[in-house]
Amino acid sequence: MDWLLEAGSPAQKFGVMAVAILLFVVVMGAILFAVDRPKRVPRWVVAVGFVGPALLGLAFGLVYPGLVTIKNSFFDRSGAEFVGFDNYVTAFTNEQFLIVLRNTAIWVLVAPVLSTLIGLVYAVVVDRSRFERFAKALIFLPMAISMVGASIIWRFVYEFKPDQPGVQQTGLLNQLLVWLGLPPQQFLINQPWNTVFLIVILIWIQSGFAMTLLSAAIKAIPDDITEAARLDGLHGLGMFRYITVPSIRPALVVVLTTIAITTLKVFDIVRTTTAGQFGTSVVANEFYTQSFRQNNAGLGAALAVVLFILVIPIIVYNVRQLRLAEEVR
Amino acid sequence: MSAGGLTQGPQVVLPEPAVDAGRGTRAGRLSGRAARAKRRLSNPWASGIAIVLGILWTIPTIGLFITSFRPESDIRRSGWWTVFGNLFTGENQFSLENYQTALYGSSTNLVQYFVNSIVITLPSVIIPITVALLAAYAFAWIDFPGRNWLFVAVFALQIVPIQVTMIPLLTAYVDVGIAGSFWTVWLSHSIFALPLAIFLLHNFMKDIPSSLVEAARVDGAGHVTIFFRVVMPLLVPAIAAFGIFQFLWVWNDLLVALVFAGGTPDVAPLTVRVAEMSGSRGGDWHILSAGAFISIIVPLVVFVALQRYFVRGLLAGSVKG
Repeated sequence: MDWLLEAGSPAQKFGVMAVAILLFVVVMGAILFAVDRPKRVPRWVVAVGFVGPALLGLAFGLVYPGLVTIKNSFFDRSGAEFVGFDNYVTAFTNEQFLIVLRNTAIWVLVAPVLSTLIGLVYAVVVDRSRFERFAKALIFLPMAISMVGASIIWRFVYEFKPDQPGVQQTGLLNQLLVWLGLPPQQFLINQPWNTVFLIVILIWIQSGFAMTLLSAAIKAIPDDITEAARLDGLHGLGMFRYITVPSIRPALVVVLTTIAITTLKVFDIVRTTTAGQFGTSVVANEFYTQSFRQNNAGLGAALAVVLFILVIPIIVYNVRQLRLAEEVR
Repeated sequence: MSAGGLTQGPQVVLPEPAVDAGRGTRAGRLSGRAARAKRRLSNPWASGIAIVLGILWTIPTIGLFITSFRPESDIRRSGWWTVFGNLFTGENQFSLENYQTALYGSSTNLVQYFVNSIVITLPSVIIPITVALLAAYAFAWIDFPGRNWLFVAVFALQIVPIQVTMIPLLTAYVDVGIAGSFWTVWLSHSIFALPLAIFLLHNFMKDIPSSLVEAARVDGAGHVTIFFRVVMPLLVPAIAAFGIFQFLWVWNDLLVALVFAGGTPDVAPLTVRVAEMSGSRGGDWHILSAGAFISIIVPLVVFVALQRYFVRGLLAGSVKG
């Protein structure tokens, strides 16, 4: 039965996949068959049959490991010795980790705001234009691309060739600099601006998300409100400032907080472009580096818990805003 | 769609886009639209912004796409934009050679990783949707003690970043002896998807008129029958919406695959290999460009084909951050 764990050829892999799906279907089928006896089986047994698999999975895969990680964050790198808050102290005082925290703060402040702004502006300017569908698709497509793919696309834009006679730049951004008569830059290496150029990649991906949700919210603004505002003499920017933005405020909060959470956990972009070198690391990347490259399980666990704690206030804010919005209604 | 984790930030059911909602009289709506269209066209600033943003968002992808068809020596010597200057001189050479090298070359062999991506993705989509459908059904239609607080607990689990779970899970897999196999990747993806899937599908389930379910019960149908005969057919759009999310999420994921599948060619998916190439062969743009598009093409096709469901899911608040 070794091939179930060590499938080598494509045929074996598809075979294992088929076995897995079949096994799953058989198990689920057996459970459902067992509880499908109306009136003879007590209701709670039926409920266990339906909810049981999900709860079992969640307990094994989220609740238990989460608790273990919180415990591990108070132990040393091998998990043998209790060290109290030492890992957290390291994470918040060590110079290297202060840079990581500073970068994470920059990411969370810049990426959600700019993505939302660009998405909002774009949603407004293409709203009900003749090419709306096509125009939206252009901004929307990066959402289907993996962050790894997006990072490679942008690394090519940032590509640098030494500034020597006879050497042509192959990265678009550096060629633009050369055309403007400026020296080419190593965008991904020069600190501290390299973090900004990484953030651009996330903005490029997330603007489509912001645009989609905000566009739907804009279309839901009742026509009579915009008509009345127009009769009162509001146009263009005035309309945008006093009618559009206040009307879609709940959607704006949703978009901002969702992108903020995505940003907090951004890992792929940093990993693919710089792997956290040149002062570009963020908490999610540092978690991976410490846990799986430096084998410092305690510090890695502490960083994961920090990530967890950073997410909570954003969600609390979001839920409170939603409550407020519902009360107004 | 980041490798971040399960946390779905905000759970909101936004108002449905009012595109088809007939408001007021038809004539009134038409004149309103005409007025808007006129205003829009008469505002060159708006069109200008739209065009600039549209171009900015497309150029990076086009650049790499054109590059993926150019010979290696050309890629090293000149920028992809020179292609347009050479359009009529016949100096341009395009071929599929880069794709050939990336897919079958002995040092890259992406076709193997492509198979891995498919093998990882299919069960990781099917299993969580099925498990979540059953759970969502129970939370919506079976009355059992503790139902409400259990549902709130599952809902709350969405805020747990998957990073928090990784090391203990990996340890558990090593103890059982399945570490580094497809089984761990399937299991992990399936579990990580559950909170969002249950929440989302539960929202859709709740919208089914209770009279339908009651009627079936009166006819003597058990929950299993109701689930398959009454509920499932009505949920096809919701399943499609979540299915696309999960598909894109799993196919594009890097973190889960990196941690649980490791870097082994037998299990690692395309994302892991392409990210690795970006580090180790960062200057080989002929391979990187082709490799990137090989990893992009499948989700792109799925996305474009099923965009309608994707947008609907997005507007129902199902966003995995």
